[in-house]
Amino acid sequence: MQFMLLFSRQGKLRLQKWYVPLSDKEKKKITRELVQTVLARKPKMCSFLEWRDLKIVYKRYASLYFCCAIEDQDNELITLEIIHRYVELLDKYFGSVCELDIIFNFEKAYFILDEFLLGGEVQETSKKNVLKAIEQADLLQEVRYLFSSLGTSMLS
Amino acid sequence: MPAVSKGDGMRGLAVFISDIRNCKSKEAEIKRINKELANIRSKFKGDKALDGYSKKKYVCKLLFIFLLGHDIDFGHMEAVNLLSSNKYTEKQIGYLFISVLVNSNSELIRLINNAIKNDLASRNPTFMCLALHCIANVGSREMGEAFAADIPRILVAGDSMDSVKQSAALCLLRLYKASPDLVPMGEWTARVVHLLNDQHMGVVTAAVSLITCLCKKNPDDFKTCISLAVSRLSRIVSSASTDLQDYTYYFVPAPWLSVKLLRLLQCYPPPEDAAVKGRLVECLETVLNKAQEPPKSKKVQHSNAKNAILFETISLIIHYDSEPNLLVRACNQLGQFLQHRETNLRYLALESMCTLASSEFSHEAVKTHIETVINALKTERDVSVRQRAVDLLYAMCDRSNAPQIVAEMLSYLETADYSIREEIVLKVAILAEKYAVDYTWYVDTILNLIRIAGDYVSEEVWYRVIQIVINRDDVQGYAAKTVFEALQAPACHENLVKVGGYILGEFGNLIAGDPRSSPLIQFNLLHSKFHLCSVPTRALLLSTYIKFVNLFPEVKPTIQDVLRSDSQLRNADVELQQRAVEYLRLSTVASTDILATVLEEMPPFPERESSILAKLKKKKGPSTVTDLEDTKRERSVDVNGGPEPAPASTSAVSTPSPSADLLGLGAAPPAPAGPPPSSGSGGLLVDVFSDSASAVAPLAPGSEDNFARFVCKNNGVLFENQLLQIGLKSEFRQNLGRMFIFYGNKTSTQFLNFTPTLICSDDLQPHLNLQTKPVDPTVEGGAQVQQVVNIECVSDFTEAPVLSIQFRYGGTFQNVSVQLPITLNKFFQPTEMASQDFFQRWKQLSNPQQEVQNIFKAKHPMDTEVTKAKIIGFGSALLEEVDPNPANFVGAGIIHTKTTQIGCLLRLEPNLQAQMYRLTLRTSKEAVSQRLCELLSAQF
Repeated sequence: MQFMLLFSRQGKLRLQKWYVPLSDKEKKKITRELVQTVLARKPKMCSFLEWRDLKIVYKRYASLYFCCAIEDQDNELITLEIIHRYVELLDKYFGSVCELDIIFNFEKAYFILDEFLLGGEVQETSKKNVLKAIEQADLLQEVRYLFSSLGTSMLS
Repeated sequence: MPAVSKGDGMRGLAVFISDIRNCKSKEAEIKRINKELANIRSKFKGDKALDGYSKKKYVCKLLFIFLLGHDIDFGHMEAVNLLSSNKYTEKQIGYLFISVLVNSNSELIRLINNAIKNDLASRNPTFMCLALHCIANVGSREMGEAFAADIPRILVAGDSMDSVKQSAALCLLRLYKASPDLVPMGEWTARVVHLLNDQHMGVVTAAVSLITCLCKKNPDDFKTCISLAVSRLSRIVSSASTDLQDYTYYFVPAPWLSVKLLRLLQCYPPPEDAAVKGRLVECLETVLNKAQEPPKSKKVQHSNAKNAILFETISLIIHYDSEPNLLVRACNQLGQFLQHRETNLRYLALESMCTLASSEFSHEAVKTHIETVINALKTERDVSVRQRAVDLLYAMCDRSNAPQIVAEMLSYLETADYSIREEIVLKVAILAEKYAVDYTWYVDTILNLIRIAGDYVSEEVWYRVIQIVINRDDVQGYAAKTVFEALQAPACHENLVKVGGYILGEFGNLIAGDPRSSPLIQFNLLHSKFHLCSVPTRALLLSTYIKFVNLFPEVKPTIQDVLRSDSQLRNADVELQQRAVEYLRLSTVASTDILATVLEEMPPFPERESSILAKLKKKKGPSTVTDLEDTKRERSVDVNGGPEPAPASTSAVSTPSPSADLLGLGAAPPAPAGPPPSSGSGGLLVDVFSDSASAVAPLAPGSEDNFARFVCKNNGVLFENQLLQIGLKSEFRQNLGRMFIFYGNKTSTQFLNFTPTLICSDDLQPHLNLQTKPVDPTVEGGAQVQQVVNIECVSDFTEAPVLSIQFRYGGTFQNVSVQLPITLNKFFQPTEMASQDFFQRWKQLSNPQQEVQNIFKAKHPMDTEVTKAKIIGFGSALLEEVDPNPANFVGAGIIHTKTTQIGCLLRLEPNLQAQMYRLTLRTSKEAVSQRLCELLSAQF
């Protein structure tokens, strides 16, 4: 996979993950072009399209579009399920995830994605294992809060 | 603000995000952001040391601002500080910032790398993973230089945690993709392959991606992965839907891993080991079988995951292109999907069938779906699906269905989306040309194209129709008549005026006898369009007028009047003015003879690759179309360039003069730096002199087998060693053929003095004409060069030509020879006939010299479908319901040679119990019967 974009129906970019080196200018151009292309498509249309020399796989969940760019020999259907699995992971973590969760906790959305996909390839498909990794981190964090709520931590 | 804000409560961040969301305008947002940036700057610069939490919060805010699309030019140092925090979430935010906002500031890179180094050495798996994620996300060369050597060690270390191994594998993959030179191969590579056996499915899932990438670059070093991948795949495919617990996805066991394993196997040819191959074929069959089972869930996720594996399986089957049985099954499966209610599946089925259409084994099976595909073109509501349907029609097109497909494409063009019109125009033009038996049909088709979609007809297309008309005398009169009629339309496209102008200028005389299209009428018709046209078209028409002066002396005064008018002689456009002045002068001073010479009919254009095809390839990008195009390209009048005549010297390769013979003698040791030996005979590569064969290497081992594989098919890899791969694509029509030879340099070093030579022995030479041009003597590392051989079968032949290749690779001289699979059966044209006719002809050929029979043991499994495919691939028609015994196969066809045509009948009788075949051939010529029998017997 070359990149993944999450954007809203209004075309606001909510998450961007690039697995190939591109300049910021190029990234912005691609984003603008793709958001426009995907939003212009009608609901019943197919989830795949050719774009430049890449294949775009996208799916809409409520108000959010998830959009992945894959290479010619990559599998479209499994990419569609990568998107779905990611949504499930977000859902499980946030508990009925909505767009606002991703806006306010964008860093978490990135962390979950990194556990699931790395370098554009699927790293771990087990929901349990991905969430275990994330929750371990949260646990570490809460311990810290315990101390910080007492003022300056004795450990820091 | 959302009700749930899990774990962390960076309140300041949440407030800031809320504020931004509440901004009513872009200006307000920018104002709020600037305020925040100023605040953060002052905090970072302030005297009071910030605690980790605040630092994290501010860095996170900066990140948020950056992701909104604003530039961030500070905060990097604070982020780097977070990296060395021993608090997980601070470290995590630091890494996230670095991953998103890498800065090539060298001082910073050193600090970042230091922090990563510490985390990698920390033996704390969560910290190690964070560091690995960061390297993978950044993937820069600097990171590669710093860590490429360490990561393999972490990956294969016995004590690494599973999650660390997973991240290490994909991290290494990213670095390897970015800078392969930095990743040292070594002892670890063997151990990486064994990760395919790892107990942890997640580790396998990550490792397969890495291995696949490594295999592509070093196939030989990783060969052992084939059997491991097959056994892993087999275990998954045969497991029950719940066996793999959390790795089962909507009742589908490990879909991601399965797809990746199937992908990995596509890096290699079919497994050589029979047991492994058997196991793999079993897997592929199981997947195909499962597709027929009722779904275990109604959820789309279930069917998507299941079909993802199915499509990847089909890709592998197509990649192998050696199991006719599986190919036909794959095609049937895709056929079902063509009518599926899921748009996605219809799209993918159309796409996947395109590649199946280019396999000789499944081309016919694909063709049976033509009506469904045409229907898709008419009824699909999504343009991207219609586009796939166009592609598939193009791919499945051959001589038998070309008129239908071209007609459908033309009618679709009337309503097609603007975005794909130009491509359809190109495709129609190519198909019409490629499959034109009757060139009047071709001319009609192109004129229709111009009528329906004139704006989308590029120059290449209308140049082409002119080139073809000029090269074929049989269609010139028709073309003149047709353009004349088309020009009668009150509003016709400018492209039609161009074609019309050019063709009437050359061949208007052919219809001038008819009083309805007398010279003056032709001229007036063209001139009535003149003022509506652009400058280039007017320039072309002026040339037509001067040609008329030569063709029709009676209209000379009229034309001179036109040329003399102010609007021509004083035209503001310098080209038009010049033409008018010069043509007027020419028509006045030149004698009839001189006029006739200067304005003579255009000579035929030289044959080269179709410029339209080149354009289509360019449009679609080289990766997608090339293969299909090349595979399906047929011999046709391929000329190139604009309608300017080419110098005669390039038009044909002439026969060598007797003096060339001397140069061929004793040319055995090719001079290291001198010109390639063949250049001595005027660029002629068809080396007909047996003396020079002394420089030819003995035939490469295995070349016999490869040769036999090409008897029933036209495309594939002919030869491959460590350095060089030779691929073939060829097509034949009647007694003519064309072969594209692709030489691939598999190394990263140049080949120098690269000289392929075609050698026909003395016995073969009178029967087979081969023509080709030299290739560039330098083949860059990793590059592929193409050579086209035009083939003419003069009379029947037995031997095959030899392709001898010489080149220098890194100081050593390389010499490779292989037999070129040009066999007599390639000039077969299938003939359909009824049972009665068959037996009548069979009886007519009852002379003992005409029949050759061979009884032989089956070397391959005796499969009816495979046999049928082979007989069709051999080139004869497969006649159904002719032989009273349905188990037998009967075929008929005609061998076309330049001198004669030879009718051939064949009958193949399998005996399953004995595992034997009896093959009988009857033709009017003993040698032909003999050779065909030999060739075909070796196929079963």
